[in-house]
Amino acid sequence: MKRRDFMKKTIVVIAGASVPLSALDLIDPKEVLAANPEIHWAFLIDTYKCVGCGFCVKACKTENDIPFEANVSRTWVERYVYTKDDRRYVDSPQAAQYGFTEAKIDLGEHFGFQEIDPDNVGKAFFVPKLCNHCETPPCTQVCPVGATYKTDDGVVLVDRSWCIGCGYCIMACPFGARFFHPTEHVADKCTFCYHRITKGLETACVNACPFSARKMCNIRDINDPVTKIILNERVGVLKDEFGTRPQAFYIGLASEVR
Amino acid sequence: MVEHAMAVHGELWTVKELFVLPNEYIYWSIQIVMYPFMTGLVAGAFVLSSLYHVFGVKQLKEIARFSLVFSFALLPVAMMPLLLHLQQPFRGINVMMTPHFTSAISAFGIVFMTYSFIVASEIWFEYRKHFVLTTQTLAAQTDRSGFDNLRMYFFKVLTLGAMDISNEAIQKDHNAVKKLATLGIPVACFLHGYAGFIFGSVKANALWMTPLMPVIFICSAVVSGIALCILCYVVTMEIRKFMAKRKMSRWAKDTSAPTVEQLQSAETQEIAIASNYLLYFMIAALTLEILDMIFRGYTQVKSWDILREVILERDFNKIFIMQYAIGNVLPFLLMVLPGRTVRRTTIATVLVIFGVFMMRWNVVIGGQAFSLSFSGFMHYHMPFLPTNWETFREGFFGAVTVMATPFVIFWFLNKIVPAFLKEDEAH
Repeated sequence: MKRRDFMKKTIVVIAGASVPLSALDLIDPKEVLAANPEIHWAFLIDTYKCVGCGFCVKACKTENDIPFEANVSRTWVERYVYTKDDRRYVDSPQAAQYGFTEAKIDLGEHFGFQEIDPDNVGKAFFVPKLCNHCETPPCTQVCPVGATYKTDDGVVLVDRSWCIGCGYCIMACPFGARFFHPTEHVADKCTFCYHRITKGLETACVNACPFSARKMCNIRDINDPVTKIILNERVGVLKDEFGTRPQAFYIGLASEVR
Repeated sequence: MVEHAMAVHGELWTVKELFVLPNEYIYWSIQIVMYPFMTGLVAGAFVLSSLYHVFGVKQLKEIARFSLVFSFALLPVAMMPLLLHLQQPFRGINVMMTPHFTSAISAFGIVFMTYSFIVASEIWFEYRKHFVLTTQTLAAQTDRSGFDNLRMYFFKVLTLGAMDISNEAIQKDHNAVKKLATLGIPVACFLHGYAGFIFGSVKANALWMTPLMPVIFICSAVVSGIALCILCYVVTMEIRKFMAKRKMSRWAKDTSAPTVEQLQSAETQEIAIASNYLLYFMIAALTLEILDMIFRGYTQVKSWDILREVILERDFNKIFIMQYAIGNVLPFLLMVLPGRTVRRTTIATVLVIFGVFMMRWNVVIGGQAFSLSFSGFMHYHMPFLPTNWETFREGFFGAVTVMATPFVIFWFLNKIVPAFLKEDEAH
């Protein structure tokens, strides 16, 4: 056999063999399961039910070891107040970890607190927030070392032993869900209480909410009552213009909430 | 600003106004301003040196070699602000170990190393003759001191055994320098353009997100690099003239040393050409920056309300007075008005460098001056006197350390690869 023929035949054999090999690769059960896992966690928040007690924030900080003195939080509650003369006020004093016990609005260190005449209030409501565990999270995309990642069941986590603390993920999150942990000095965020939900427990915040304003579900399970709400009712997500496909759904979301 | 035991990173220098999300702080502070500023200087200095090597702009011969060495001195400093800023600096190496390639930062190690190798090899080819001649001169000396011996072996190692300095060999060196310089331009632009990409691709940040960002960064990088090289060149030339006049240094006592008049004429000529290139790049940079701003104002998307307040009201002085008027318009006038002198150009370069620094500041700090909620603002108060490690590295003195390091490195580097070579040793 000439060398040229040998080369030709080799190429044909490799090309021929690679077709069935790639077919085998396609039906790797692990990959199939990863693409369509049986569990995909989602969150549902009913803003009509939230009263701003802040129990969820307290429970979260206790459960996940985020110091109360630290002015950061994995979850927080925002208060929106609209006056009849068309002014808009928003605040979340200390992430609402002690609830909204003051009628005055916190306007930051510059302006202090603002009194609002109760007769002038047009509408007011509370909006709990947490990590949206997006389908296409920008935070995991930008991590230079892959220390933050999305699990197969749809939860975005941070590997504390590998995070270099560059802050790129904090910058990339359009929802302000991330921060530097005050004592661990790495990026930190809501984990959907991954250590609890994987054992069949509720998240700390869901568990603490006295009015069931917060709920969790497996969105793949169409018989789950919470999943049914997400699939059948009119729910919204925060900032969908960023294309991150958030997995925290809201009932009664106002357009002013950003 | 809150100071207590459990202060979160960023809380020390951030003042919040109106509604800012609880986790929002100015996380990227002065060191992240320094990072694109220093990388910009590296890239710019290299581009200036390439003008001679690649495009054969003969008038830039001397400043080209100077820029090349200076660019090498700046290189390690491009990494310094990043390391100083990391919350886990000892894990910085993870970027090289487990790069996550969907992240713009992950390529930093690779691009940076590629660029370093290019600059290092270019310097080697450029200075091989100098290494060989130094080794030979020292070897010829009969009464060598211990230090001289050490120097001789050091330079011998630097030659890597390539002792041939025939005309053909030197010509080969010359070709290699040209090829490396050509390759270096896109890599230098990439090194800095992608620093722009790091910011420009953050979709969460309304001020940063624009595809123009990498191009704006490259243009302003070249501007700052050329300006710094002109400035340093003038300063070193003034020192040389001062020494030549008074025969103060070893080289000045040499009979073949250039006279004050020769130095003066070389300086004037090099500065004239280099500052023309500075002007071209300034026009490009300014055009792009203004285009970006006009586009935002004209399209008026959702974020424009808050951006307008930041750009036109809160940061007006920093953007329009300090960056554009003092850092762009004034030096531009100083350089284009008739009767340009070295002194006037030098003043202009100082202003240009300041302008580019302010541009970096306005991008990095300005991008964090407003809340993601679009309902509040954050003010940055840079820590001045360091009270602990955190306020040092993220404060004024940390920035000054970063700024001063390249000059220290340059001083040492100049002993090995002198930025000013005698005519017979140079290419």
